[in-house]
Amino acid sequence: MMKKATACLLALAALVGLAATSGAAEPIRVGAIFSVTGPASFLGEPERNTVKMLEESINKSGGVLGRPVEIIVYDDESDATKAVTAVDRLIKKDRVVAVVGPSITGSTLAIVPKIEEAKIPLVSCAAAKKIVEPVKKWVFKTPQSDALAVKKIYQHVGKAGISKIAIITASDGYGAAGREELKGLAAASGVTVVADEVYGPKDTDMTAQLTKIKGTDAQAIVCWGTNPGPAVIARNRVQLGIRTPLYMSHGVASPKFIELAGAENAEGILLPAGRLTCEPQVPANHPQKKILSTYIKDYEAKFKQPISTFGGYAYDAVLLLVQAMKNANSSEPAAVRDALEKIRGFHATTGEYNFSEKDHNGLTEEAFVMVRITKGDWELLK
Amino acid sequence: MTAASALLQYVISGATVGSTYGLAALGFTVIYNTTEIINFAQGEFVMLGGMLAVFALRWGGVPLPLAVPLAVLIVTAVGVLVNRLTIRPVQGRSPLTMIIITIGVSILLRGGAMLIFGKDTFSLPAFSQGGPIDLGGATLLPQSLWVFGITLLTVLGMKFFFDRTLTGKAMLACACDRKAASLMGIHVDSMVTLSFAFSALVGALGGVILAPITLTAYDVGILLGVKGFAACILGGLGNPFGAVVGGILLGILESLGAGLVSSGYKDAVAFIIMLALLFWRPSGLFGSARAERV
Repeated sequence: MMKKATACLLALAALVGLAATSGAAEPIRVGAIFSVTGPASFLGEPERNTVKMLEESINKSGGVLGRPVEIIVYDDESDATKAVTAVDRLIKKDRVVAVVGPSITGSTLAIVPKIEEAKIPLVSCAAAKKIVEPVKKWVFKTPQSDALAVKKIYQHVGKAGISKIAIITASDGYGAAGREELKGLAAASGVTVVADEVYGPKDTDMTAQLTKIKGTDAQAIVCWGTNPGPAVIARNRVQLGIRTPLYMSHGVASPKFIELAGAENAEGILLPAGRLTCEPQVPANHPQKKILSTYIKDYEAKFKQPISTFGGYAYDAVLLLVQAMKNANSSEPAAVRDALEKIRGFHATTGEYNFSEKDHNGLTEEAFVMVRITKGDWELLK
Repeated sequence: MTAASALLQYVISGATVGSTYGLAALGFTVIYNTTEIINFAQGEFVMLGGMLAVFALRWGGVPLPLAVPLAVLIVTAVGVLVNRLTIRPVQGRSPLTMIIITIGVSILLRGGAMLIFGKDTFSLPAFSQGGPIDLGGATLLPQSLWVFGITLLTVLGMKFFFDRTLTGKAMLACACDRKAASLMGIHVDSMVTLSFAFSALVGALGGVILAPITLTAYDVGILLGVKGFAACILGGLGNPFGAVVGGILLGILESLGAGLVSSGYKDAVAFIIMLALLFWRPSGLFGSARAERV
């Protein structure tokens, strides 16, 4: 009796094993590293959700090159050391053909040597310019560089006839990079920085810095940081009765910022933002309109939570890789990389990507629109 | 804006933030006074106070005047539980062992809060309506008045409790000599439990009253714990009045450092002045020099 049962089981196992190998084609494996937990989880969580959603929808519609796609996501816990471990695992154990992410600049720069050694394309979801400047053969990125956001702000500032600005930036990586760009691009844009203040990313009160700015002749304030700092600044500004216009970076372009600052304190704040933030106001004939509304509809239906621009970076990264595989008609890393570099006029959620040998970000300041916060909502400025 | 009103603004802003440092410091003091333990989970009590109020309001639908005391009460219960489950089982070990345990507790509480409440930052509505109050060119939020008032009442209450009531004195006796206190008929276990309850209550109070001004998140406790501990040392460890003054002083130093020196070095400025003060008075501003028994 016992023997018979064992034999049956063995036969069954053999059958199942056969079915598994003779079934669908071998999947194309793509790796992803996101900061799903830790301080940068506001980036990594929507990014992870997005790629998982895309994996499902791509496979439902037949996969890529007739093969299913498998996206293997690892969490680097917002820590560069863990990102290196994760990329090692992706390359050696999972044998992926390309990597999406990491979410943050530090992790991205840390894994670049491994990527170059393994010769597989990396499409980063981190912002800093130095990821793609100077151009590295295997490294691309989807988010707009900070310089583009600064240019967009300075264009708006110039149109308003403002020449003297005060800047207040967070003392973390994002704020420091913004501060560098704000100071570096000022002279060329005809703007003088009359006050240069800094705050700690965990600080809860910035009235001291704002009081100092109030005492200068700055005609506008530009703040660079990610939540919650800028929300505190918006509150403190109203508390101190400061009337000079306040510009924020694209780092706060989420409904969470308005919620934290309070609609009455956020009123009138100006910022450059991706079109994902104000999708309902993007004209129907805009080339990005379709992909924007598809992404928002799918994401909100699946996860029952509002969209964030950060998830869009991962969405674009995966779509760009898929497009490159289709163009190359291959999933060989080298072929995918070459095809990626040749992608032109690709409208995704962040903007229109035009990659070239000299530009692995492929965006211009057109990827940003200026928005004003009006009655607790985003108002697209013409 | 004149220099004088700017200076006033720095002091007001600093004192408001400093009040939470002070309340966190007060929590350290209460437990230290009974057990000689530095409870590094103190910052988490502050965080829990703010977060629980936010969530009672948002998801429990509890109105604000009820959500605030409810949050404080729950945190007090958490304080008692922390003592029952983690400190009492290792009773009699060296204070260092217990201090390490409190670090573990703080990581546990923070992690739990992250899983339950999520990683977002939240805001709590102000206790009373109204715009900023003008004060000689500087401005003050109505919520700051709540902060100052509640801080003052708490410190007066604590001072009275430790100086004038039998229970308060019994708690102090436990720290001086546990065995002697026990021989005098003091129930040491209940005193320790009481001290954890008090310290959680004070911490939670700080978290709740400041949340409308500074926002709150699952990880605000780390910084508040460090600043509160610094305030404690500055004021003199073990002195409730010194703890609160130390906190407010630290807040004002930070704010002046940011406003008058450089905002990039504001923490450095505050801590350099603090170190200098400690060189001058090693036992803190209000601490009495303790004679070491040989």
